[in-house]
Amino acid sequence: MEFAELIKTPRVDGVILHRPFMPTVEGTLCLTGHHLILSSRQDNAEELWLLHSNIDSIEKRFVGSLGSIIVKCKDLRVIQLDIPGMEECFNIASSVEALSTLDILSLMYPFFYRPMFEVIEDGWNSFLPEDAFKDLETMTDEWRLSDVNKDCTVCPSYPPLVAVPKDVDDDTLRKVATFRHSGRFPVLSYYHKKNGMVMMRAGQPLTGTNGRRCKEDEKLINATLRPGKRGYIIDTRTINLAQQAKARGGGFESEGYVESIKSNILQESLIKLVEASNWQTHVKEILTTACLAAQCIDREGASVLVHGTEGTDSTLQVTSLAQIILDPACRTIRGFQGLVEREWLQAGHPFHHRCAQSAFSNSKPRQEAPVFLLFLDCVWQILRQFPCSFEFSESFLVLVFDHAYASQFGTFLGNSTAERAKLSLPEKTVSLWSWVNRPQELERLTNPLYEANSLVIWPSVAPQSLLLWEGVFLRWNRSSKCLDEAYEEMVHIIEYNKELQNKVNSLRRQLAQLETEDPLLQTLE
Amino acid sequence: MEHIRTPKVEQVRLLDRFSNKFTNGTLYLTATHLIFVESSSNNSTSAAQEIWILHHHIASVEKLSLTTTGCPLVIQCRNFRLVHFVVQRERDCHDIYSSLLRLLRPVSYQELYAFSYNPKQNDQQREEGWQIIDLGAEFERMGVPCDQWQLTNVNRDYKVCETYPRDLYVPITASKPIIVGSSKFRSKGRFPVLTYFYQEKKAAVCRCSQPLSGFSARCLEDESMLQAISKANHNSRFVYVMDTRPKLNALANRAAGKGYENEDNYSNIRFQFVGIENIHVMRTSLQKLLEVIGTRSLSMSDHLVGLESCGWLRHIKAVIDAAIFLSKAVTVEGASVLVHCSDGWDRTSQVCSLGALLMDPYYRTIKGFMVLIEKDWISFGHKFADSVYTIYSTWCDQLDGDPKEVSPIFTQFLEGVWQLTEQFPQAFEFSEWFLLQIHEHVHSCQYGNFLGNNQRQREDLRMRERTHSLWAYLMSEKQNYLNPFYSLAYSETHPVLEPSTLPYHFKFWRNMYHQFDRSMHPRQSILKTEEVGEEATESTDTERKVEGSSGSESRKQSYGDVCVARGSCRSVCDNLLFTQWS
Repeated sequence: MEFAELIKTPRVDGVILHRPFMPTVEGTLCLTGHHLILSSRQDNAEELWLLHSNIDSIEKRFVGSLGSIIVKCKDLRVIQLDIPGMEECFNIASSVEALSTLDILSLMYPFFYRPMFEVIEDGWNSFLPEDAFKDLETMTDEWRLSDVNKDCTVCPSYPPLVAVPKDVDDDTLRKVATFRHSGRFPVLSYYHKKNGMVMMRAGQPLTGTNGRRCKEDEKLINATLRPGKRGYIIDTRTINLAQQAKARGGGFESEGYVESIKSNILQESLIKLVEASNWQTHVKEILTTACLAAQCIDREGASVLVHGTEGTDSTLQVTSLAQIILDPACRTIRGFQGLVEREWLQAGHPFHHRCAQSAFSNSKPRQEAPVFLLFLDCVWQILRQFPCSFEFSESFLVLVFDHAYASQFGTFLGNSTAERAKLSLPEKTVSLWSWVNRPQELERLTNPLYEANSLVIWPSVAPQSLLLWEGVFLRWNRSSKCLDEAYEEMVHIIEYNKELQNKVNSLRRQLAQLETEDPLLQTLE
Repeated sequence: MEHIRTPKVEQVRLLDRFSNKFTNGTLYLTATHLIFVESSSNNSTSAAQEIWILHHHIASVEKLSLTTTGCPLVIQCRNFRLVHFVVQRERDCHDIYSSLLRLLRPVSYQELYAFSYNPKQNDQQREEGWQIIDLGAEFERMGVPCDQWQLTNVNRDYKVCETYPRDLYVPITASKPIIVGSSKFRSKGRFPVLTYFYQEKKAAVCRCSQPLSGFSARCLEDESMLQAISKANHNSRFVYVMDTRPKLNALANRAAGKGYENEDNYSNIRFQFVGIENIHVMRTSLQKLLEVIGTRSLSMSDHLVGLESCGWLRHIKAVIDAAIFLSKAVTVEGASVLVHCSDGWDRTSQVCSLGALLMDPYYRTIKGFMVLIEKDWISFGHKFADSVYTIYSTWCDQLDGDPKEVSPIFTQFLEGVWQLTEQFPQAFEFSEWFLLQIHEHVHSCQYGNFLGNNQRQREDLRMRERTHSLWAYLMSEKQNYLNPFYSLAYSETHPVLEPSTLPYHFKFWRNMYHQFDRSMHPRQSILKTEEVGEEATESTDTERKVEGSSGSESRKQSYGDVCVARGSCRSVCDNLLFTQWS
């Protein structure tokens, strides 16, 4: 298919762009296969480049012969374009509508994008499961990397390689997979170095109404427990939805209890969520559950299994947030990328389905839900409470959010590792991480306040402590000039502080040297 | 001292407000403070926690019914601290309870802490402390007296208006008979006087109380007074009259022989209602707010719905809206403005001071902010003794106070300033902590500044001879209140602030209303990195600093990024100096 078929009017002159808190721009509007471009054709003036995949909804309005279209984007930006001429306006609107709803993955922009920067490190190879397992091997020998899913038949949403208890063989895994929703048998999510406790995740058990049991499933879960220790199973759903599940302590029977946490499926539209403030409720609940999981592991020294229904949404929110709380490595820029790779991309969060539409879309939500954004919001809340413990700043989270919804990079395309492999994404597209992991980008995304903090960080989940994430929800509706200036000032102070610190150190050294060299001074003292 | 029956009770349990945690310790009752000292045995890793509560800070004491662990005692403070003790023996609890009941209700001014507080200063130092703020110099700074405005001695002996200060500035053309006539036509004799002069446009901000107009009464002198104010400004043909009340309230006042200016009777005025609610509405609103945020295991939606329905932030917005109107009228239109409410000491003070803060960068400095409070609140007779001493208690027998007068008007002003500091992080020399410290001492009765309702009362009590000034103390502690982001260049390029009043700019001031609930605050700042991670999700950890009004402590609190850089930067500078000299 040719894009040209969809573009009815490629170019309109004299279009006026309105954005909140910005002066209006008059220029020429161009439509390409992937972009909506507005250029004033002046040297210093800013151009607008908007990916069609970023457009969430489009509205037309006519006043006389002047038409305007209101473009609402997935990054929550709203712009208005005044287009002279009814026909042009109509054509533009329908072209954009058609281009932005094109649901053919192979026509997406990442397949056409060629990087204008030098790739230092190919992001597609930065976070392979093999490498992550090598790190695990240095800490424990109780786990093995299984390739039971190598052709993605046992569990379509899992990657080919998963970490499982050493004593459990592949046949057992196959049987367990039939007992778990979507074949998502329990796999290792996180190993807590401090006490050797683990966090696993899975799909819900298919116990049915007659309480079917699965010997192999129980065996697998028991294999993760230390003798005499209890384990916890955290079900992220409401008690009504939740099934009873049992875990046995090694040697003797002990019932792991089911913790039920409310978590709706999050299919309401986003803005409605924010307005009705349910959004904040979800933030609080997800954080509370993550804290609970982290507490079981760190405080009670118990292993945890987390599951929801499918184990691809709220489960991943909980497991990844618990790791942010527990593991200082996840609070670095690179560690966070690894976390997103491991716990979201490779764990099979259906990004393509979930991010197909955002807050403004009028079409009926099918599988869209801002699950990933909710996770990022929770990370931001923790970042706010521990401003010095994260290597990355808020802008990194915003960047990841933007690229999850619309991007020139292939990282967030597709729903699972299997789908990505089928599309040959690593060969045909550029990874977001290739772009991020370059010195000039890293510098921009680094938190100036960062000081490595090796401790577990417990956030407050009181409603008074949780804030609206203005950097995302009000990004386009506020003038952030004052805040930006203050931020620059802060960076300046920190740099000055470092400078002084160095000066102090060198003076101290000088002094120490003088004292040793000068015997007179020593006698005087 | 004779009121203290039991000076020391051991084995007292302090319950955490928001979780099931508690600490054991000993309770001491002194003539000025109630002190809780954590027993060191149960928490050897950190220093023993101490909580100092000044008796004057206590708004209410409540003894709950006996439980299995002992007798609960709940103490609510005016700085929004709430402590919940459990005393093992009921008799001890009752002793403390009845002692406190007596101690927190002083029967004479002499019992106030300010009259016994001694920061080891001699008379000369104390006198110098009181001289830090000089309102005469402040008016000179504004450019008054000038060819249009003069100092009048009509109130030298507080004869014309006893709630005004002695020195008042009026238009040159306002003669003594006009002033006296006008004052008779105004509630409590509070006639229009100058409070801020915008030199650039020669526009004046004046304040007064409501006219006694009733349904039709007129007063020629009052009309000439407004005429004189109008004439003193050549840039504008008219003067704005801002009635800060909702129209309905003003109408109701007419039946009582009061009311508002009739535009037909006054030449060249533009009359405007602003719609800030009265002290009773504000008091209820704050009570509701405190109720909401004091709920244990509060859900997110209850929190947000509660915040919305108590209306507190809406009231703050109304005050700021009025200040913006005032600032625009003066700086953009160059018109003079006369502000009043009913008596002209609550809403009028809020609007005049916030308006001046928007217009004049000087008031955004530490010294300037003290001057502003001294001018618009203390000298113009905001009834601190009545309205601030109790915020939400129900005690009726206040020291010459009336519970109906109690209202968080000044707190609201401070919060308005805080909301502005959030929008303009570079515009203020002081940090949030400065505002909190002022709030603390408005209620502490430790310094003489806020005692009494007006200047006359303070003179009668010989406050300057017998007590110390808060401003001197704050000045000596100035280092702790600096905002690291403050930029002089910013003030030069943005002399007038134009805040946005979109609803999301008004935030819940956590550090004010949860100042003492550590579990609610951001967990980390550079100052306290070593503590990070020691807290469990729902815990409050130890409170290391001695709180209350013990004066000499410099209190460092971790509140977000703002103070992060400051402390470390300063300590490095100190280090540098030290190294060079050693």
